Amino acid sequence: MVKENMKSIKIKAHNLNVHYGEKQALFDVSMYMEEKQVTALIGPSGCGKSTFIRCLNRMNDVIDICKVQGKIEIDGNDIYAPDMQVEQLRERVGMVFQKPNPFPKSIFENVAYGPRIHGIAEHKSDLEEIVVNSLKKAALFDEVKDRLNDAGTGLSGGQQQRLCIARAISVNPDIILMDEPCSALDPIATARIEELMGELKTEYTIIIVTHSMQQAARVSSRTGFFHLGKLVEVDKTETIFSNPSDQRTQDYITGRFG
Amino acid sequence: MGFILIALIILIGITSYFLGNLRAKNLRTSNQKNLKSLSHYYGYYVALWAVVPALLILLMITSFKSFFIEQYVLSDFIALGSYTETELSLLFTQIENTAMGIKLFDENTILIDGAVNKLNYINKTSENLTYVTVLGFSGLLVLYSIFNINHKLNSRKIVEKFLIVLYFTCSLVAIMTTVGIIFSLLYETLRFFSQVPITDFLFGLNWSPQRVFVREAGDLDTRDLANAFGAVPLFAGTFLIALIAMCVSVPVGLLTAIYMSEYASPKVRDWAKPIIEILAGIPTVVYGFFAALTVAPLVRDIGQGAGLTVSSESALAAGFVMGIMIIPFISSLSDDVIKSVPQSLREGSYAMGATKRETIVKVLLPAALPGIVGSFLLAVSRAIGETMIVVMAAGLNAKLTANPLDAATTITTQIVVILIGDQEFDSPKTQSAFALGLTLFVVTLALNFIALQVVKKYTERYD
Repeated sequence: MVKENMKSIKIKAHNLNVHYGEKQALFDVSMYMEEKQVTALIGPSGCGKSTFIRCLNRMNDVIDICKVQGKIEIDGNDIYAPDMQVEQLRERVGMVFQKPNPFPKSIFENVAYGPRIHGIAEHKSDLEEIVVNSLKKAALFDEVKDRLNDAGTGLSGGQQQRLCIARAISVNPDIILMDEPCSALDPIATARIEELMGELKTEYTIIIVTHSMQQAARVSSRTGFFHLGKLVEVDKTETIFSNPSDQRTQDYITGRFG
Repeated sequence: MGFILIALIILIGITSYFLGNLRAKNLRTSNQKNLKSLSHYYGYYVALWAVVPALLILLMITSFKSFFIEQYVLSDFIALGSYTETELSLLFTQIENTAMGIKLFDENTILIDGAVNKLNYINKTSENLTYVTVLGFSGLLVLYSIFNINHKLNSRKIVEKFLIVLYFTCSLVAIMTTVGIIFSLLYETLRFFSQVPITDFLFGLNWSPQRVFVREAGDLDTRDLANAFGAVPLFAGTFLIALIAMCVSVPVGLLTAIYMSEYASPKVRDWAKPIIEILAGIPTVVYGFFAALTVAPLVRDIGQGAGLTVSSESALAAGFVMGIMIIPFISSLSDDVIKSVPQSLREGSYAMGATKRETIVKVLLPAALPGIVGSFLLAVSRAIGETMIVVMAAGLNAKLTANPLDAATTITTQIVVILIGDQEFDSPKTQSAFALGLTLFVVTLALNFIALQVVKKYTERYD
């Protein structure tokens, strides 16, 4: 109990409601996420967990019919405040997608993309250093160090996903959102990404949406269970998987639905 | 007579369909063995036998009939042995005219009258004979095929096979036409190059085929030919006008495409896109007089206001209007290409904190570049092959110039100029049109080929 209080809260969502046109996708979701921890979001398909994670870097802004109500604070700042610069927010909140989506550019240029548009690197040598460090942190550097100028799309699926992770950390964000990052990967590549998450959480706050309960159990310290657009339960991962307080959570993790 | 006969054949076809159908149904009920196909397939089977061979025979008869009739009618004259081939065919025309009541000459009256009688007789007989042959054939084959229906016959398969042959024949029509056009172009071009050296044509700086026409009365000097058919001014004019057109259409088209694919709301897109595409549907003649009557005088007035000499027909006016015309080619193809860049790449870029403009410039356009280049190349080949606008607005004078305010002429314009009116087909002037046409064909074909390759490479990219 004492230990938990010492961890500071990074993200706080308060009464979040999201509509896609007429359809409501999230109902009064309130939860917090701790700094430098992995928080997992689980639940059956269409339960709103991806919608929730996409609110955290305002990716839903891209969708015209999407309306977000409520409040999300990162380090105490409301990210939906009118004076919030979306580009700067996304510089601080990186994202890795379900399907690896490297740009049709070289491996180097993929990682250099963020630093270039945000003007992070002053000189070419700084840029090279950032790219190399990001690739190292994403555990990809050794595999691609001889072919940084080859197309990023030519890598294997697991390598592409790690390239996308390297791209996300290249601008040195605080938070990394991962939307089912392993669903398109084989078990070995999945294991590597999970291992990587363990290393990354020493520096970054990680939120991961996953379909795999085992994965949530392996990588996260806290887990939230979403069902039909509502956050049913959020607690320490051991508690969720061993002693959930809600019947629906119990049913889901024992495989009775979803 | 053709119409009645074809109608009869079709009637037989329809009847035989029902006969075949009926026969199959009867077989099914009387004989316990099952047929291999559904009854109506036997109907189609019989109908095909009734119609297809009959039509083929009719086609054959009509294509060979005239030759035999001519031989028969002229047999008396041929027997005399004093007529040449050309005279004989003239004579036959005369006989035909006489048969229709037009009398022109009075010589050889007896022979001609005899021939006219022969012609009337043979026409009547051959018509009857055609009816009997075709309908008889059709009827016999109907009987044959009806009695051929039994439980071993798989008519469904036969009908399918026939359809495959039909599809193949149809596709052959387009292919053979293309091949035919290429060969006739090649043939005439080779004849042209036998009189004018190919190097003079490709590298000569002077284009004035009219001079050959004037000189033809006297003795034709080969040196004149060499000096008259230098096509470089035409290539230069074509290139200049296409360049002006691309200068207009590339930026406008590309920016339109970016706006339509990335910025326009679905509502705006829904009405704006069709309107832009209507541009491509306006007849080029309309663009032509728009260029000649509105834009060219405007260009001249503006130019003169600025103290420049502008001819009343200028490459600039023609190129500008042509550029407007090919905007939809670029905008709608590029729009599709940009739109087909996967949404995941856009999201990836936005998630990195890129703005919309940065996403478009740094991710979408590079990803879509091959497709966009493909659309440019298609637009260029369209600009090079375009005729009406340049005929009406660019001028006919083939002079070598790089000044867009001057009149210029293009390959297509010169082909029009050469072939307007009556032409003799063995003069080098006429044949030069074929050489120009072949050049044009080769250039546009090459451009289209490159464009397709580029687009193909692009489409392989994301899969």
